[in-house]
Parts: sequence; C-alpha cells; structure tokens
Amino acid sequence: MSAQSPQLHPVEATATTEQISEDARRAAEEARVGWERFEQLIAEDKRVEPRDWMPNNYRKTLVRQVSQHAHSEIIGMQPEGNWITRAPSLKRKAVLMAKVQDEAGHGLYLYSAAETLGTPRDELYEQLYTGKAKYSSIFNYPARTWADIGAIGWLVDGAAITNQVPLCRASYGPYGRAMVRICKEESFHQRQGWEILYTLSHGTQAQKQMAQDAVDRFYGPALQMFGPPDDESPNSKQSMAWNIKRFSNDDLRQRFVDMIVPQAEALGLTLPDPELKWNDERGHYDYGDLDWDEFFSVVKGNGPLNHQRLAHYRAARDEGAWVREAAAAYAAKQQQAAHDAALLTA
Amino acid sequence: MSSFTTQDSATRISVGDAITPEDLSSSGAAADEKTARYALILGDDSLILAQRLGHWISRAPELEEDIALGNIALDLLGHARFFLTYAGTAWGKTEDDLAYFRDEEEFRSARLVEQENGDFAKTIARQLIFSFYSHELYSRLVDSADETLAAVAEKALKEVAYHQDHAAQWLLRLAGGTEESQRRMQAGLESVWAYVQELFYDAEPTAELAEAGIAVLPSSLRESVMERLTGIIEQAGLRVPEIKGAFGADRSGRFSEQRGFILAEMQVLARQHPGASW
Repeated sequence: MSAQSPQLHPVEATATTEQISEDARRAAEEARVGWERFEQLIAEDKRVEPRDWMPNNYRKTLVRQVSQHAHSEIIGMQPEGNWITRAPSLKRKAVLMAKVQDEAGHGLYLYSAAETLGTPRDELYEQLYTGKAKYSSIFNYPARTWADIGAIGWLVDGAAITNQVPLCRASYGPYGRAMVRICKEESFHQRQGWEILYTLSHGTQAQKQMAQDAVDRFYGPALQMFGPPDDESPNSKQSMAWNIKRFSNDDLRQRFVDMIVPQAEALGLTLPDPELKWNDERGHYDYGDLDWDEFFSVVKGNGPLNHQRLAHYRAARDEGAWVREAAAAYAAKQQQAAHDAALLTA
Repeated sequence: MSSFTTQDSATRISVGDAITPEDLSSSGAAADEKTARYALILGDDSLILAQRLGHWISRAPELEEDIALGNIALDLLGHARFFLTYAGTAWGKTEDDLAYFRDEEEFRSARLVEQENGDFAKTIARQLIFSFYSHELYSRLVDSADETLAAVAEKALKEVAYHQDHAAQWLLRLAGGTEESQRRMQAGLESVWAYVQELFYDAEPTAELAEAGIAVLPSSLRESVMERLTGIIEQAGLRVPEIKGAFGADRSGRFSEQRGFILAEMQVLARQHPGASW
C-alpha cells in the first residue's frame, strides 16, 4: 500500500521487464514527490492526512502508538468498571458509568484513527487479544478500594492529560483531532477524580486513610506512565523529529510532578516520596528515583493483574463471538435481500 | 500549568435544560405517602436494571455495545434517581438513603429486572420486555395529575424510545442471524418469560392512585404491551413462549433469590461507612 522512501528502495534492482521498469519508475517518482511533500509538511509543522504519502516507519510508528493508546482505553475500562456496581452513591455511580463509557468512546475514536492508516480494527483487536500489543502498564494495578477510583482519575488521567495535550498538535491529522476531544473529556475525568479524593480526605478518618493509601499506591506507577527516562527511550527521538511527540518523557514527567504537588497539598494528602522538594534553582520540584525494575517487570507481563486483564478481555471477545457472527450474517442477508429487490424492480 | 487542563467539560450528566435529580430535590416538590410508594416501584425497577446492565460495561460483544448498554444503564439510573429522590421527599430521605439503606423486603422491584444477565440474548430479551413495558407506562404517565411524575415520565419516555429500538433491532438481528443466535434468542425469551406478568400486577397503592389520575394502573398496560411484544417476536420469526407467569408476582421480594445478592454488592461500601459523605 504505502510507498517506500526512494533512498531505501533502489528502483533498478526490482526492474526485470520493461513494463515493471516503467511501473517502478513511476512509483519511485511518486514516492520522491511524496517524500518531499511530507518533509515539507513536517518542516512547516502542518498536518499529514490519510491520503498523503508518508514513510512506512512514520505509518508504523503511528499505528503502534495510536493502537496502544486505544488498547489502554479498553483495558482501562476494567479497573474502573469494577466499581460501577459498588459505587457508594447514585450520583457517583452515574458519573463513573459515564466516565467508563467515555473511555469506550475514546477507544473507538482511536481505533478509527488507526484505521485511517490502513490497519483494520479487527487486526488491532487481534493484536491485543494475543498479547502481542501493549497497553499502558498502569492498568495492570488493581483498583481495590473506592479511593482508587479517585486516585485513578486524579493521577492516572492527570498523567494521561499531561501526555496527551501536546498530542493534540501531533502531525498526523486524524490522531491530533481525536486527541482534542479526548483531552476535553479527560480533563473532566481528572477533576472528578480529584473531587472524589477531596471528599474522602475531608470525610471520616477511615475515608481519609483510604484516600492516602490509594495515592501511596498510584503515585509511582502514575509517574512511570511517561515512559522510561530519556536516555533509555530509543523511539522518542524519531517521534519528536516527526512532530508526533513534542516533549521528552522526563520533561512531561517533570511538568506532571510540578502540577500535582500543590494539588496534593490542597487535598491534604502526602505524596509518597521523601525526596520531593522545591528546587529554587531549577524552578521545579525535585523527585526521587522511581522503581524501574518494577516498571519493566510489569511491561513484560508480570504486573499484579496482567493475566487477569487479558483474560477478562479475551473472555468478553470469546463470549461475544456468536453475537458478532450473527450481526454479520444478518447484515449479509439484508444486503442480499436489498440486492434481489433491486434486480426485480430493474 | 493552566495550558494542561481545558476549562470546559465535554461530559455532562444531563444535557441542556433537562431537569436533574438535584433540581427535583431543591424544587420543593413533595410527594405524599402513597405517591412516594408508587415512585418507589418505578425507581426500584430502573435502579436494579441499571445495576444489572452496568455489569456489562467492558464485557460486551463489541465496543459499540459497551457504549450502548452503558448508555441505557445510565438513562435508567437517571430515572431511578428522579423517582427515589421524589419518593424520599415523603419521608425526609435522600435517594441514597433509599438505595443503600433499605433491606431486601423493602425493595419493590419486579423479578424480571433482577434476573441475571445471562448471555447477550437473555439480556436483550429482558431489555425488550422492560423497554416495551416502560415505554407504554411512561407514554401514559406523562398525563399524570402529579406534575413531578409527569415531568420525569416525559424525560424518560424519550430515552426509553431509544432503548426499545435498541432491543428490537437486536432481537431481529439475533433471530435472523445464524442458527446459534436464533437458538439463543429463543432461549433468552424463554428464560425470562415467567416474569413478564409481574409487571402488570396492581401493587398497592397503584389502584387508588390510578383512580386519582396520578398513577398508571399496571394491569391496564397488559394488553397493549403483550400485543406489541407478540408482534415483534413473530416478526422476528421466533415463538412467543408458552410459559405462564411465575407464582408470587407481587413485587414483595419474598420470592426472589437474586435480590439479596444484588443489594449486597450495591450497598456494601455505603454500609461499611454509615453516615459518611461521598
């Protein structure tokens, strides 16, 4: 489907007959023009659209990133969905239901954005199903208490927003536009998470303790959502050159820390990092080392709930297979009936 | 820092000028004892069904259905919140007092909505029956002499029309899809059919309130609801189950085994922290 960069694909090597040679010459010419236009779009910080020529690696990088993001939304429905039936007030139940539903919606926009790059949704589902595709590791941690719903909203969605706001300017048009809408909803999610924690931290002693415990457990993993430190993040440089990524992992992490410290103070909760303190010289908060061994262990599949999350997803797909088959069979019959009717009236 | 959060919210619990449960509780509308007991019947059905449907989110056969079932659950939860808020005005109680601190025998939900989700076909069968029933109910309740009930019914009616459509479309699709889906859809209908008749039971105090033009008499809905259900099931090429209504159709909860489990899960956290705010 997609053309290669001319430097990577010498035309002469593939031309065996005159016709092939002519086709190849034309393809190479198209690729050359496409490549130049692509480089120009990136240089001018403009949007690349689905029909535009783009390098294979740009396409691959985007499919990987956008689908990982979509998978994260889908798996992310599980820890919070887990509390829908037990939410402690009807209003909280309604807000949580709306939130988890938003996540399904985000998954849909993102899968659609990935589809514009030529990878069908079923193929992306398959990658998640088989465990080939990754999703955000944070969702491999359990949502054990109601306060975890607050911590997930405040810290996890907060980190996601910090990551995602710059993605609204990502060079690939459909992705950037999907992110605009997603960020609006995520900012609402973050506020409701903060508000859950605020209510708990100003409630009974048991509620306050529940809130502190949740923050203690989610703080480190939330900071790790930005990915490994810059010197261990090999893909970042190319993504930044292509205007997909705008800031480095560590820059975003710093931004997030600077944002949540005063918010934690307003909550009356502490962040579990004894080294966290304001650095006047840098104009930022310093923070302690994160446990990267744990991070990589969870990424590799050994987090507390990797197996459970994937098993839940697979069970839903398996148990729903007959429904999808029925819907497809019904649609085919309807189409056939419409076709026959058209023949009769022709 | 401010550049990292947008100021407007894309998600709202209610849209535009629609009334909210909060509006209702601050409106000063107060139900009398009997109207409150009627509102409990309506509220409990919606609440329990919302609770059941909420479990589907992240487990649906397709992402679009996670969203659709979630949407329906959210609508039903909204209806429940109105009815329970209104009922609570008679006793100085909040919606949460009624949802979280009533025991099994105090709930008035029908056994239909308490039935387990089962497979997707069973859930669709339950949705079909309940949405056809409630659409008929709300389309009459909009004329209630009680202004609050009429206003809630008006809001609910628009939403239930969509629930009806969703269930009917799936009924047709599953019945006309594959052999397996047809078998499952038929089995789904059979599995809940014994609980249809309870919806038409004139539980106390509906008869008296219906005479005053406040409530819709449940038994008066039977004919039209059954006619419409029969029609759509036959249109789908399925058999209308020949199953008589199960004994004990009086909404008392004395004949339900599921209600206790539903409440245990729904109420557990609220009851661990009595008096706490959330």
